Amino acid sequence: MVESSIYLNGKLIGFHSKPKGLVENIRTKRRSGEMPAELNVAYYEDLDEVYINTDAGRARRPVVIVENGKPKLTPKHISDLKSGKMSWDELIQQGVVEFLDAEEEENAFIAIDEQSLTPEHTHMEAHPSLILGVVTSVSPFPNHNSAPRITMASAMLKQALGVYQSNFNVRMDTQSHIMHYTQKPISVTNHAKIIGVTRRPAGQNLVVAIMPYYGYNMEDAIILNKASIERGVGQTTFFRTYSAEERRYPGGQKDRFEYPNAEIQGFRGEDAYKFLGEDGIIVPEVVVKGGDVIIGKTSPPRFLEEVGELSMIEEKRRENSVTLRRGEHGTIDRVMLTEATTGNKLVKVKVRSQSVPEVGDKFATRHGQKGVVGMIVPQHDMPFTADGVVPDIIMNPHAVPSRMTVGHVLEIIGGKAASMTGGDVNATAFEPVTYEHMKEVLKEYGFRPSGKEVMYNGVTGERMEAEIFIGVTYYQKLKHLVANKIHARSRGPVQILTRQPTEGRAREGGLRFGEMERDTLIGHGASMLLLERLLKESDAVVELVCGKCGTIAVDDQIRKKQYCPVCESTDVWPVEMSYAFKLLLNEMKALNIEPKIVLEDKA
Amino acid sequence: MSDSLEKYVGKLPMAIMKKLREETKDLKAAEARKVADNVLEQFLKNQAEPGEAVGIIAAQSIGEPGTQMTMRTFHYAGVAELAVPQGLPRLIEIVDLRREPKMPIMEIHLQDDIKSDEDKVISFAENMENVDMKELASIEEDFVNKRIIVVFNEKSLNEHGISLDDAVKKTEKEVRRKAKNKEGNQMMFEPGFSTLRSLRRFAARLNKIKLCGIDGIHKAVVLPEEDGSGWFIKTEGTNLKAVLEREGVLPSSVQSNNIREIEEVLGIEAARNAIIREAKMVLDDQGLKVNPRHVMLVADVMTYNGKTQSIGRQGVSGAKTSVFARAAFEETVKHLHNASIQGTKDELKGITENIIVGQPIPVGTGLVKLGMK
Repeated sequence: MVESSIYLNGKLIGFHSKPKGLVENIRTKRRSGEMPAELNVAYYEDLDEVYINTDAGRARRPVVIVENGKPKLTPKHISDLKSGKMSWDELIQQGVVEFLDAEEEENAFIAIDEQSLTPEHTHMEAHPSLILGVVTSVSPFPNHNSAPRITMASAMLKQALGVYQSNFNVRMDTQSHIMHYTQKPISVTNHAKIIGVTRRPAGQNLVVAIMPYYGYNMEDAIILNKASIERGVGQTTFFRTYSAEERRYPGGQKDRFEYPNAEIQGFRGEDAYKFLGEDGIIVPEVVVKGGDVIIGKTSPPRFLEEVGELSMIEEKRRENSVTLRRGEHGTIDRVMLTEATTGNKLVKVKVRSQSVPEVGDKFATRHGQKGVVGMIVPQHDMPFTADGVVPDIIMNPHAVPSRMTVGHVLEIIGGKAASMTGGDVNATAFEPVTYEHMKEVLKEYGFRPSGKEVMYNGVTGERMEAEIFIGVTYYQKLKHLVANKIHARSRGPVQILTRQPTEGRAREGGLRFGEMERDTLIGHGASMLLLERLLKESDAVVELVCGKCGTIAVDDQIRKKQYCPVCESTDVWPVEMSYAFKLLLNEMKALNIEPKIVLEDKA
Repeated sequence: MSDSLEKYVGKLPMAIMKKLREETKDLKAAEARKVADNVLEQFLKNQAEPGEAVGIIAAQSIGEPGTQMTMRTFHYAGVAELAVPQGLPRLIEIVDLRREPKMPIMEIHLQDDIKSDEDKVISFAENMENVDMKELASIEEDFVNKRIIVVFNEKSLNEHGISLDDAVKKTEKEVRRKAKNKEGNQMMFEPGFSTLRSLRRFAARLNKIKLCGIDGIHKAVVLPEEDGSGWFIKTEGTNLKAVLEREGVLPSSVQSNNIREIEEVLGIEAARNAIIREAKMVLDDQGLKVNPRHVMLVADVMTYNGKTQSIGRQGVSGAKTSVFARAAFEETVKHLHNASIQGTKDELKGITENIIVGQPIPVGTGLVKLGMK
């Protein structure tokens, strides 16, 4: 008879004739405490192999053990746990709960809740919402939302600005945001409380009205109340850390933090260094703007020239200061002097700037309902309810039906009810709907159970014909701020090699007119426009070309002579071409190909 | 009658002339001319203007809807009797001019007297199928005596319409050996090999002998004609030449999706039509509305010089006259070096070259020039 192989931590350790009995035995021993609780065992029937795993690094999760269709967890256990008579570890020791790893899960038949238990089940989930991951379990009412929106909500939750670490003040992260006046969400899941996101939240509970506003909230845009912003809605602080190191170079030379001397190469002028202290480093609480020097640093010359004994040519040191990024501004928050791992002197300067919400900043709820600020409206132009409540945010109604985010609607109603009672809403997935309860609360406080209210146009004062759905939702400000993205260029820096415009916002670059864009202009036959895009606004140069031999000619400005370096002819002509083409000619020469340009009269 | 439209001959394409004559045959000569004038005006209006970038527009017109195709194609679940590559993979196949498509298919319609009888069509189809020896006979290896015993299955032989004698003869011819102990449906080979390995190899060769059917046709399915007039055959695998030669086949109705084969058998014009038909079929299947003229332009480019060319480095793009245009596409260094060896002169007549050099492109507004008197 073929015996099944037994693997311990991936290694074959032996054979067994009754694998099922063996596995069963191991499991009962583990539950009784005879074997370690960290051990997992799985039997693969198709392969006839038993895997026993005891090593580290397996993701495991707790489930309630079920025997004969009855969970081992009794109401007594729960009450004991609540009163503190019993601990979680004891539950494991008593064999009520066990941890399964991915392999043992293959042998388990896990019921989602107590109602669906059958005698075949081996385990039961502690709560059906455990099918969700850590991040998703934070989003409220996910069982009422469509799956794609939950995915988006989970992705955006990670981009929300809040208080990411309570020691943010002393940390020197390269980039960080801190939200002022964060609030814990009114609609909150049990998981969120356990994980701790309610203790360090990232967002605020805002009053939302779902209605259009003069077309300024089309395409998922949102309207912000200016007075709300002034009260602290969406206010964040942005920190950026700049750093510099005194690097050592071969030959015993090194960088120096100092107040740069006027002698050095690339000196920016006395005025540029006005914020620096004697040590060449800026001091805290100085207000700086883009281009200002933060750390004064000089470097040794790039190329060491051989210095003759008598000659006094001493190569000047180079200016190599760190400046604030272009387009940014702020206050110096913190300066740190320390030593790098290399042993060199290291300076870090943290700059702080407040970002007030502005048109273009991204906001989102925890239902994947994201949008960009379309307009900031003064409070007196915002719609108001009969009670005089003015919303903080106006969201467009078109955002809801096609996305099927019912959870969002529930959160608005629940938030409204709970903000009256002062409690919170249990928004855990698969918990029984509390809508009936919310309705009762709303009625009690004189609201309509539907969440709709009569509202008045803030501009004209007229009563609006439609009743507006209004309530309280948790809004997150996401890290995509326009201030850090806005970019335009008319003239600017070019690359040294090709003389074409640089790429990217950080380098003040141009926007690429790519191959497909090129195709569209060809398709339109817009020849001259294409020439302008690709040549005139990019790397156009006028080069001299020899009319006799077709090589690029020389313009000797000292001798006031234009001639061909190959055939020495003075029959040279100016030709407009792209610098990239001139470079191509040069590169071809390096390939041992001699390109020649044949000139012809313009027809 | 027809002379009233005489002056339009040559100005209008033949197809339009034909239609025009048909439609105006009941009209008076003057009226007919009036209609023809309108037709001519419309015809001229709809022609591409000189300098129009037809190629780019064709590329964009096929490419843009093509992007939507990629997303919807891959998980196409259907109850097609043959798994034909569809969507983008098939389009790429057509444009690349693969020697053999992933799923070569033929549609064969038969002459009227056969096609109405389902049984006849079925036996016709079975006769066409290329059948391996292993499906018609069991081959046993006798390692002890170093010989191979072949037992024909007479029933299957009958189904495919071959006699036992023919089968034996064909086998002998294929292996170039005389069989021994021919008894009923049995025969035996004693190839006289010393090693078992060569004996096994011999058996494998026997297994693969094609006893009947047309080379390259692996499977033939009988399907009802759309108009209900009878049945036709769809095959997996193509062999246009052999099928056309078969008695009973309606040669004008035979279709193959193997463009290379069509070119070899029927010529370049047929290949052009096949490219258009196949590409259009892909686009129609996907529900994409592309003007057929764009597809026709692609087919024209692929066939205009009398031989089919693929779109790409081996074909159209590699055949460009300009060195710069070829270097800009693929294998830059190769083209530049060859050009320098041959002393090539780039006339700067195309688009890519002129963009590289920094001159207006000879298309649209860049085509016209101002001359002096």
